[in-house]
Amino acid sequence: MTLELLMGNQAIAMGAIRSGVGVVTGYPGTPSTEILETVAKRNPGHIYVEWSVNEKSALEVAAGAAYAGLRTMVTMKQVGLNVASDPLMSLAYIGIKGGMVVVVADDPGPISSQTEQDTRQFGVFSKLPVFDPSSPEEAYLMIGDAFEYSEKYGTPVIFRPTTRVCHGYATVKLAENCYEVKTEGFIKDPKWAIFPRLSYQNHLKIEVRQPVLGEDFSSYRFNSVLGNGKKGLATGGINYAYICEALEDLNAECKVFKVATPHPFPEKLALEFLEGLQEVLVVEELDPVIEKELVYLCGKHQLPVKIYGKLTQHIQNAGENTVESVTRAVAKFLERPTPQLKLPEDLPALPVRPPVLCAGCPHRASFYTVKQAMKGQKAVFSGDIGCYTLGNAKPLEMVDTCLCMGAGITIAQGLHRAQPEVVNFAFIGDSTFFHSGIPGVINAIYNDTDIVLIVLDNSTTAMTGHQPHPGTGKTMMGSISEKISINKVLSALGVKQLVTTDPFNLEQSIAVVQEAAAFKGLSAVIFKSPCIALVDPASIYSVDQEKCTGCKRCITELGCPAIVRENNTVRIDPSLCYGCSICAQVCPFDAIGGVK
Amino acid sequence: MINCILAGVGGQGIVLASKLMAQAAMTNGMTVRTAETIGMAQRGGCVVSHVRMGKKIHSPLIPLQSADVVIGFEPAEAVRSLPYLKETGTVIVSRKAIKPVTDSLSDTDYNGDEMLKYLGSHCLHLIIVDTKAIFTTCGTTKVLNIALLGAAAAAGVLGVSLEDIESTIKEKLPQQFIDMNLKALRAGAITGLKETIVG
Repeated sequence: MTLELLMGNQAIAMGAIRSGVGVVTGYPGTPSTEILETVAKRNPGHIYVEWSVNEKSALEVAAGAAYAGLRTMVTMKQVGLNVASDPLMSLAYIGIKGGMVVVVADDPGPISSQTEQDTRQFGVFSKLPVFDPSSPEEAYLMIGDAFEYSEKYGTPVIFRPTTRVCHGYATVKLAENCYEVKTEGFIKDPKWAIFPRLSYQNHLKIEVRQPVLGEDFSSYRFNSVLGNGKKGLATGGINYAYICEALEDLNAECKVFKVATPHPFPEKLALEFLEGLQEVLVVEELDPVIEKELVYLCGKHQLPVKIYGKLTQHIQNAGENTVESVTRAVAKFLERPTPQLKLPEDLPALPVRPPVLCAGCPHRASFYTVKQAMKGQKAVFSGDIGCYTLGNAKPLEMVDTCLCMGAGITIAQGLHRAQPEVVNFAFIGDSTFFHSGIPGVINAIYNDTDIVLIVLDNSTTAMTGHQPHPGTGKTMMGSISEKISINKVLSALGVKQLVTTDPFNLEQSIAVVQEAAAFKGLSAVIFKSPCIALVDPASIYSVDQEKCTGCKRCITELGCPAIVRENNTVRIDPSLCYGCSICAQVCPFDAIGGVK
Repeated sequence: MINCILAGVGGQGIVLASKLMAQAAMTNGMTVRTAETIGMAQRGGCVVSHVRMGKKIHSPLIPLQSADVVIGFEPAEAVRSLPYLKETGTVIVSRKAIKPVTDSLSDTDYNGDEMLKYLGSHCLHLIIVDTKAIFTTCGTTKVLNIALLGAAAAAGVLGVSLEDIESTIKEKLPQQFIDMNLKALRAGAITGLKETIVG
């Protein structure tokens, strides 16, 4: 037994390794990314780990290995499960042989996501069991339980941590021994091929299984009912920690129901909790999942218990809960005085600090190029998911739409159908191109759609922390595979107007974009330049104060964080500059130059 | 229990600083919990880490007005996190302001002075770290996080000693960065010792 300071995601990885996982697949996405990275880093040698091209592929690869009896884990963020939902829904009917855990990290807030969707609902929808850890330590142990339940019931299970569990460090006790999986391999059987008749039969079995699992979960070690009184709190995940903190702060006690398995709901244990209670406050984030289950149970058993929560506006409907918000709600519920905070009221006006493209980022040059090329023309710029979504900020303002992975290309096609006279651009990054961009390109070519595709190829999956992808040729097993060339893919699909350009060569790139915009049909420009985090800075630039007139064109055109306005002059912060040179190209007075 | 908030701008090494602090506390037999900002905000946005060290800790997030220490990697970010500070808490702040793009684009003229003045008049215990001098000593700007850790540890407000952090650095950082970071830790510590405790 050793103690280690681990992030929740690392704890999940270590727990999976200990449980004998044999195949781990996934697609990067905050707050889930470090799980798969940790398995790769701490791989004892026998585990196959891959970043798959997208979540659907990841889930299917893992399912195949689980058919053959291996323990498998798939990792993704909540919106990734939307992409993987097709195989997941069918797999719920087919089932697995080796334990299969689908780890889906939810992001209340949202802090780094498009939606505040609740994966516990996906459990209800797919009828798959859901595990919801409340701390990194618990996650380490719970992932092992998840594998065991998966094998016991022959079904994939969902493991749903949230950001504060994923990205919090805690002291975790690591066990020495690892579970060993012995498998006889894939055994041919009609049960592996889905047909309507089989689905009907399996649907019946799943409905029989649901209450059995709920009963089993009623005695599950991380579900608990503690305390007593006429009032009760029900909660799950990180909110359990907030409730413990609140009760301690308020010096209060009451009955507490901790739900570690929100689906199928542990009804028997819930009834024990509800016994003798008059009122319940349900504290949870995202959707009122536990709350609805309790309301349902009270109706089913005609219990005279009032249930409060999100549905009654006692808990906020959107955003992340905090210790304060939970303490306030609990104090009100238990009729305790709310702790009064003396917060500073006269804070000076603070500078606004939204995330921005890094100094030297090639995306800035690419966006600026397209903006210049389209000056005076009607154009709409559809963006996508990645660092380049930040191109929407001032002064670039080059992301008019952003929806979900791969949608930029197809949204642009719809916009074109509505307004053919407008030039429609679609920006997509390299990793997103491989993830779900290619079908959109085929759709445009097949349907003869006149749009301009801009691929921002920085040779990495930058936003989530520089993961490799098919275009980099590096794999998570440390091997080198053939790099898949975006240029060759587009060319093979039949893109006739196709140019690769260096975004830092403004003059040349502007001409390339203008040519692409004038082309009828799908044209494509690949802006190719590596993410600055992958390369050393080139010679750093500085402002010649003699020549600088203080026109601030470099600032108002580019919005680079390394360029700072000081009174009426401009300065380049040498600790941030990467020497990308575009400010020097933009300066009308030749006042910016490179220094060694 | 010691509650510490580390607040700054994405890219300043806040996650590493909080991890080193937590690791040092853990080695000392304390229980630790942290909450980190990882993801989109890392691109030059506001980053806040919560570090809690003690016996029994429930939440990874520190409640408002409960932080013993706020380590501000930047003056405005220290002020932004002041609602977390206990009345008797200590603020350790880097003097160097980081101007956001939004400021350069607008007519406001943020330079950090107003923030330092505000901290001076509102904090019982304030240590301003002259980061420029430390950068000159160390020859790099990349060590701000370690210098601030050094100042906080030397001021005796972390519940973790300078020696604890020193051995954690030796144990956890890659060999080629250890000397530079130890130098920064000591340079920061001198500030922390010299200015303990104003107010």
